[in-house]
Amino acid sequence: MSRPELIAPPEIYYGDTEAQKYTANSRIQQIQADMTYRALELLNLPPDEPSFILDIGCGSGLSGEILDEQGHIWVGVDIAPSMLEVALEREVEGDLFLQDIGQGFGFRPGSFDGAISISVIQWLLNAETSHPTSSPPHRLTRFFTTLHSALKNPSRAVLQFYPSSDDQIQLITSIAQKAGFGGGIVVDYPNSKKAKKVFLCLFVGSGGAQHVPQGLDGE
Amino acid sequence: MVRLITHNLLACHVKGCTRNNFPLLFENVQIEIQESDFNPDFLRNFMPKLEWKALVDAARQLGDTSLPLEQPEMVDEEFLKALHHVLLEIHVMEGAMVCQNCKHVYPISNGIPNMLLAEHEIG
Ligand SMILES: [Zn+2]
Repeated sequence: MSRPELIAPPEIYYGDTEAQKYTANSRIQQIQADMTYRALELLNLPPDEPSFILDIGCGSGLSGEILDEQGHIWVGVDIAPSMLEVALEREVEGDLFLQDIGQGFGFRPGSFDGAISISVIQWLLNAETSHPTSSPPHRLTRFFTTLHSALKNPSRAVLQFYPSSDDQIQLITSIAQKAGFGGGIVVDYPNSKKAKKVFLCLFVGSGGAQHVPQGLDGE
Repeated sequence: MVRLITHNLLACHVKGCTRNNFPLLFENVQIEIQESDFNPDFLRNFMPKLEWKALVDAARQLGDTSLPLEQPEMVDEEFLKALHHVLLEIHVMEGAMVCQNCKHVYPISNGIPNMLLAEHEIG
């Protein structure tokens, strides 16, 4: 099976049918929930205190429900209207925006206490048109630069994604660093084909830590 | 749902639009009030992020005059309840947000603002 990001742009791929299917699939829900909990752990927010979080590529609100449940206030952005429709139906509490993250954000500096993204940023690696501003490096640069500015100092952004090569990891991390982020890649279960997960764990300022967190290992 | 908590953080992101691009002005809005849990600690932590004048203006534009023109130094329960209502319970469902500088219109439909830019507007 081809990766969805190679089939069509996300707002086309996640049309009404795919959006419903994606949200109703209990296996996807479980994986998404696990990755959201892990992303929140890596985000290292102050305990027992509601934070203001940006959910990048919030889709139908699967992660948002977890943010709600943990008492956080959040804003979700997604490029697929059908996914946002499903999020509305599910009555998640966050503010939802129809937005192409490759065009950058307009949030004021220091707006968010943290950002998470589950299975989204690999979409930025696929150019949609031949227009120069649509090339993956341009889109990644706008994304990371405006994200860095939208986060408070210190804070973190944790972005789980599915790289298809080490070159992609290299490209994404180098652009994130140029945008001012510290941090790096965290790989959970690196030796398991099935359980392996890649998280880009980015710091604004110190991110409240000296080192990039350790990946999980074992089963 | 656009709530004023988010509106207060949102500037225009059209290419080259870097001055006078905040706050976005509401136009032809329909609002809905939805109650939410009151969390005084969250509000206290959030207050330093607010642009107070923009918040008061936007609230007044939406018909809520409960906030004082100056951000008070003493924060009591009554004030926090008013702030909670303004930031988190007023939902803009329809209408638009317009940039005062470049006049870009961000339409709001079914509670969701469309932030997509045209090719020539991308930075
Ligand atoms: Zn503008």
